[in-house]
Amino acid sequence: MRRATILSISGPVLRARCDDAFAMGEALRVGPRGLLGEVVRLVDDLLVAQVYEDTTGLKPGDALEGSGAPLSVRLGPALLGGVFDGLLRPLAGVLTGVDSPFITPGVRRPAGRRFAFAPLAAPGSVLAPGAPFGSVAGTRPQLCLVPPDAGGEVLDIAPAGEYADDAPVCRLRDATGATRELAMGHDWPVRRARPVACRLPADAPLLTGQRVLDALFPVALGGKAAIPGGFGTGKTVLLEALVKSCSADVIVYLGCGERGNEMAGALEEITALTDAKTGRPMAERTVIVANTSNMPVAAREASIYCAVTIAEFFRDQGLDVALMADSTSRWAEALREVSGRLGELPGEGGYPAYLGSRLAEFYERGGRARTLGGAIGSVTLLGSVSPQAGDFSEPVTSHTMRYVRSFWALDARRAQARFYPAIHPLQSYSEDAQAVAGWWGTVFAGLAGAAVAEDGNEWEVLRRRVLTLLDEEARLERMARIVGKDALQPRQRLTLLCAEVVGEAFLRQSALSPNDRFCGPERQALMLRMLGRFLDLADATVARGATPEAIAALPVLRPLQRMGEDIAEGEREAFAALEAVMAAQFAGLLAAGETAVEEPKGGGGHASAA
Amino acid sequence: MRPRLSVEGAARRLEGPLLFLRRTVEVGYNEAVEVAGGDGVVRLGRVASVDEETIVVELLEGASGLDLPATTVRFPGEPLHFGVGPGLLGRVFDGVGRPLDGGAPLPVARRLRIDGLALNPVARATPRDFIETGVTAIDLMNSLVRGQKLPLFSGGGLPHDRIAVAVARHARLRGAGAAGEHFAIVFAGIGVPHYTAEYFRRSLEDSGALGRAALFLNLAGDASTQRLLTPRFALTAAEYLAFVEERHVLVILTDMTAYCEALREVAGARGEVPARKGFPGFMYSDLASLYERAGCVRGRRGTLTQLPILTMPSDDISHPVPDLSGYITEGQIVLSRSLDRAGVWPPIDVLPSLSRLMKAGTGAGFTDPDHPALASQLYASYAHAAQARLLASVVGEDGLSETDRRYLRFGVRFEHELIHQQAPRSLEQSMLCGWALLADLPRAELTRLSDAQIAAHLGAGPDPAAEAT
Repeated sequence: MRRATILSISGPVLRARCDDAFAMGEALRVGPRGLLGEVVRLVDDLLVAQVYEDTTGLKPGDALEGSGAPLSVRLGPALLGGVFDGLLRPLAGVLTGVDSPFITPGVRRPAGRRFAFAPLAAPGSVLAPGAPFGSVAGTRPQLCLVPPDAGGEVLDIAPAGEYADDAPVCRLRDATGATRELAMGHDWPVRRARPVACRLPADAPLLTGQRVLDALFPVALGGKAAIPGGFGTGKTVLLEALVKSCSADVIVYLGCGERGNEMAGALEEITALTDAKTGRPMAERTVIVANTSNMPVAAREASIYCAVTIAEFFRDQGLDVALMADSTSRWAEALREVSGRLGELPGEGGYPAYLGSRLAEFYERGGRARTLGGAIGSVTLLGSVSPQAGDFSEPVTSHTMRYVRSFWALDARRAQARFYPAIHPLQSYSEDAQAVAGWWGTVFAGLAGAAVAEDGNEWEVLRRRVLTLLDEEARLERMARIVGKDALQPRQRLTLLCAEVVGEAFLRQSALSPNDRFCGPERQALMLRMLGRFLDLADATVARGATPEAIAALPVLRPLQRMGEDIAEGEREAFAALEAVMAAQFAGLLAAGETAVEEPKGGGGHASAA
Repeated sequence: MRPRLSVEGAARRLEGPLLFLRRTVEVGYNEAVEVAGGDGVVRLGRVASVDEETIVVELLEGASGLDLPATTVRFPGEPLHFGVGPGLLGRVFDGVGRPLDGGAPLPVARRLRIDGLALNPVARATPRDFIETGVTAIDLMNSLVRGQKLPLFSGGGLPHDRIAVAVARHARLRGAGAAGEHFAIVFAGIGVPHYTAEYFRRSLEDSGALGRAALFLNLAGDASTQRLLTPRFALTAAEYLAFVEERHVLVILTDMTAYCEALREVAGARGEVPARKGFPGFMYSDLASLYERAGCVRGRRGTLTQLPILTMPSDDISHPVPDLSGYITEGQIVLSRSLDRAGVWPPIDVLPSLSRLMKAGTGAGFTDPDHPALASQLYASYAHAAQARLLASVVGEDGLSETDRRYLRFGVRFEHELIHQQAPRSLEQSMLCGWALLADLPRAELTRLSDAQIAAHLGAGPDPAAEAT
């Protein structure tokens, strides 16, 4: 065991004199309580370490021990359905004492849990790194993988049965003749990305069930999205909605420096929900890493790496994994705090100069890939950002923007009007739109009466149309603020009306409504098409002399704006019926307009067509 | 526990709130320190950092009067603790838990670390019990639940104290659950003027609530660094009352801005790298270590609800104190100067206000099935009214459409009839008031309400849109 003696302590950072050689990044046990730590700097025979737990009571002269390995986590069948702290120690049952609801420092990883193992390889067969050698039956079948740094001929393998996840069940002999024992779980250093055979381009979206995201600003499987927003704009609520409804096989939810009560709420909800795809409890496809804001700050820094390592582990089993990190700003602040204690020169906003490269490293670990075992899997990264004072030019947001492909900006004004999700359609963007256009094309093609256009498929055309409309609205709003709405041309007033309808009918999605909580791709397509039809009819009707005010007074506007809440998933006929009513009312408006007095020339707009 | 150690003549340097000692004894990081000067006054502190030669002590009760040679330092060998026990209620303490009311010393049943320990997220129960405060802007629009931390974002000269007192006096559960519960109020005055502390004390006394309240007072004239301790002593007492004596505790912390300024002062002296406006980079984590002490624990009856008050310097909500608080607390109640000027009481600006836990404690099975939809519709309509008001201020009321003019009137009535109230209202009264206001808007505008909700609550009246034509 490598040993060192503590010289000084300041917050989570300590200096120690080494008796033996330590490695950079080596995991440590510190002091009499065996607190977890990590070497962050080496100078001659001195080391500097950050400690992941409360250092109260540590004294100069206390000993620390090196583990000989970098900070690692155990990846295996015990992860799914679990709740862990930032260093991947289970929070349920183990960290709490017999009856204390509080977390006490210095707790070690518990002994292995038992799982039902079934071999997938026979003695004599040769296994490549990353290949599956066994499966774990259970609520959700999982694979036991050969660690990426192992591989070789199977010497012997345990028969099907129950084993502890850290008990050896398989022995391999590699090319050099060395043997290695494998358990169902294996350790992996969190700061090192797990290798893949090759990276693959994205071609399908991660469906979130939120219209404004899926239809306007999609994120591909293997994509990266950032959700920036000031406090109270609904970041956490949105991420929690995605945890519950997004289309990934496995969800890793990282609560990084966030609220304990919200964490408890999310836990309860996930436990109570059923996964529509499998009919199993939602909790079984979820791994929760909870490092609330009052838990030690250095562990917050490590938690993001633990979470992404878990995501990679499930990707290596050929699954589509989504990692929700709430919030990356708290992680960056932990980085800043530790950096400050290390006496590093502060960069912009007090953050260390390597903030950008650390963010890049993290986001680079997302992606779609062919695994070492030959399967195809993906890690989609969704990170919320909490910019100070809602200012998107601050370092964390601006660096994040460089590495993500989808940017879902949250808007305080929408949130204040309780317009959720409060995604600002003009500040948001998605670079994945092109990659998933083909996928959306097939969804539309699956509906009756698919339209074909020259400049892209139906989805691309409608998406562009909605975005152009919203852009136009913003311009006109500014103008109306100077000249008044009445002074706008009828066509311009129509644009404002249409944008409002699109906002209420499509962009807003009520989390309170059982129908609208989740919106599947087919319903999204039908709604988008319905709005396309509405825009066509409204344009044509105004072109033939009706006023936008007359359109605003049409009774169909209310059911149209409430179609998300009123029409459930799969009710195609209801959409057809609504479209028929809409067409009839527009026709009625035209008929009434043409029999009435001629519309005054010049478009004063005060005369009502009704 | 190690024996208590006492050191004389080890003090080498005094710099602001920091005392540098030669390390002649074994002490641990963050342990408590009692420093006595030649004047005999004992000041609390803690070990801010320690290396082979030096112990740096953070003096939390002011350094004036200390001299280097005569300074005696005692190390209890453990972090700061507060001895709590039955009899906490009805007492007045100073900022570090010493009785101020001339009463007997507190009988100690448990000694608890004032920093507390992090509550395991798995051991938390989701706060769901709706608290009726009697304030419509809170009950109807931003509901408070037990175990929540909901701060008042205020400014100098605004009646935040009066609102906090109103909430503390009226707060109760609705229906059957209300009987037989034990309530307690813990008040922490952090750098508040004497008259504020006195106002709270007298208001509690007048309403007969002083007997179930404990007051911790660090007044504006007391040592500023002691402000770092006051909320910790108060919360330690509150945790004892909630999780040991199983009471429902409401903690009022005022003024968190003074707390943050003390933090800045101490961090500055320690040479910490400042983040924004000179406040230290760890302020988020530090504030979280206070705010996160609110909550409910599975299997325990007591709850800890926080109502912190902070004054926003020059009413700036993006100032680091409200900004970081808002990221930690479960919402915020924002007070408005213009509403206050217009004579609206309580002057709560609902648009930037928010209660994050509202959805957990309202709706069917909690309050009223239509409560969430009504609040959502009122929010949407009032936001529209605010936009119409902005437009009207530029182009004049005549430039608005008939609908927008209706919204203008709605906005005025919303502020003067719904937000403004003379007496506490029950949730039912608040909801009736909300429905009455919505009745004046065209039905087609009420997109957040279902047809059934409109029929049930607004069905009788004529559609104002039809009236207009």
